[in-house]
Amino acid sequence: MGTRPRAAAGNIAVRRLAAVPLISLPLISTDSLTKKYGQVTAVSELTVEVEPGVIGLIGANGAGKSTLIKMILGLLSPTSGRATVLGLDVVSDGAAIREQVGYMPEHDCLPADVSATEFVVHMARMSGLPRTAARERTADTLRHVGLYEERYRPIGGYSTGMKQRVKLAQALVHDPQLVLLDEPTNGLDPAGRDDMLGLIRRIGTEFGISVLVASHLLGELERVCDHVVVIDAGQLLRSSSTADVTAASQLVAVEVDERTEELTQALQEAGLGVTAVGTLLEVDLLDDSTYDVVRDEVTRLGIGLIRMERRRHRMSEIFTTPVGVTRVDAV
Amino acid sequence: MPAPRTNQGVIHDLGYRHYDGPRLGRAHIARALLLESAKGAYGLGRSARSKVMPMLLLAAICLPAFIIAVVAAVTDVDELPADYTSYVLNVQALVMIYVAAQSPALVSRDLRFRVMSLYFSRPLHRIDYVVAKYAAMTTAVFLLMALPLTIMFVGALLAELPIDEQVPDYLRSLGGALLTALVLSGIGLVIAAITPRRGLGVAAIIAVLAVLAGVQGAMQAIAVEENEATVAGYAGLISPFTLVHGVQHAVLGAGSALSEGPPGTIGSVVFVVVTGLVVAGSFGALLLRYRKVAV
Repeated sequence: MGTRPRAAAGNIAVRRLAAVPLISLPLISTDSLTKKYGQVTAVSELTVEVEPGVIGLIGANGAGKSTLIKMILGLLSPTSGRATVLGLDVVSDGAAIREQVGYMPEHDCLPADVSATEFVVHMARMSGLPRTAARERTADTLRHVGLYEERYRPIGGYSTGMKQRVKLAQALVHDPQLVLLDEPTNGLDPAGRDDMLGLIRRIGTEFGISVLVASHLLGELERVCDHVVVIDAGQLLRSSSTADVTAASQLVAVEVDERTEELTQALQEAGLGVTAVGTLLEVDLLDDSTYDVVRDEVTRLGIGLIRMERRRHRMSEIFTTPVGVTRVDAV
Repeated sequence: MPAPRTNQGVIHDLGYRHYDGPRLGRAHIARALLLESAKGAYGLGRSARSKVMPMLLLAAICLPAFIIAVVAAVTDVDELPADYTSYVLNVQALVMIYVAAQSPALVSRDLRFRVMSLYFSRPLHRIDYVVAKYAAMTTAVFLLMALPLTIMFVGALLAELPIDEQVPDYLRSLGGALLTALVLSGIGLVIAAITPRRGLGVAAIIAVLAVLAGVQGAMQAIAVEENEATVAGYAGLISPFTLVHGVQHAVLGAGSALSEGPPGTIGSVVFVVVTGLVVAGSFGALLLRYRKVAV
């Protein structure tokens, strides 16, 4: 086993995934993908490949997230390079991609004078669903995103959280294989943000639909994503699974009563990465022998060990410190 | 330990269900958009408030036709008290108001609320959206004029007027109504698409159509006064209603209710070409407008 836990709908989701031959292909694959607007390069030589699952796309505002999403949808043609989504080429198979993909834009996109039900039914039909199927799928989808009685009232009177749910519902109503969510937690309060993140996780696990979720907030994506792609100024900074990131981010915080510099030097000579953070030393945790090295060196120097504790980097620290990114804001 | 399964009737949350049914292509989607938009132009499937205006206008435009039909049916006449082919010209103010009120409803809303992103992230192409909306508006405006014409026709049949005398003019008037619908919808949609604020769009459309009709009437009256028959004839090009009335006269062979119709063969050709240009130009302008809509 060892796969992600699946809830009630697990059987259905598994059967469906097995029936789709595309599962062996990468979900999204780009090769030197570049988009220039005149002099401005929005996406630059981006080469990345991700497998189906919940994928976080992280970058500051203006890093090229939205441009990348629009290229994936086949709505913007790349200046150079190529990309495939679900095995389909974004330039030649745009319409086929849009049949299988759902899109939730960052900006408001809901008319005020219709109800959520009317609007989502209309959008389902615009995705090619016959009338009856559109009605059934709308009722199901609105229930799954958590809209109940209010779905018969005009959207104009909805709260931001409810509007975000309607936007999500229209992206899911035609049962796509992949949904692209552009800043879905924008404008939500902490509780609403948690609900939305939980929903995104469920889409990936229970519903069996791959998700690409763009955000400038690292911390929140860490919780729901299987894989994280970080871009800055249109360039790829990092693409790795969340598990890898977590594994690679272990360190030991060491505090001693005196001669901190001497200990730093000794540990570095022993081949360990050491960073001084205030009075603390952060030592990269390679494996359990790291603890022994620290203990032995402290004993050899004859100083007092106040504290030695294992710590985990937040993803934000991983992505900001080593590559010198400063524009990404952490939660 | 999971509880042993029983076969008693318990309602379970089915969880997420996938959709295995048909996914219709571009043509079907465009047709669905056309139908929903055409119905929307009469407020069908929309709020009760948005039904008021189009339904009032439809009733108002049918009322004269209904009176004509009743008069024809109850009195002993040899012909209808009014012509099919000049009916639209006589009720043009109502048609104008309808076009001004409903064009923004069809296109401005999607632009103002930025719903276009959602359309374009679906299989529909930009040209499909334009074709569907143009066809929907043309259908709606055509029906607005075709209904009273048909009421008159039915009245004529009930009055047992000779069918072979009624049918040709009835068909000519329907042809004229279709052309009028194409021209007016084109102008209305282009103006509505460049003014996403609804109230502004309504005002702009009514202003443009009313000014064109006013200028046309004045020019023709002056030209007739000055005995400039050719100028008077060409003045009909200015207003969409007289333009199509000219084509209806010159090509479809209907009588002309204007003091001067298109002058000669060249005049006929000019009227036809201008009508074609207005329709093609409107469609082209809409395509250009929607090419620029950011997603």
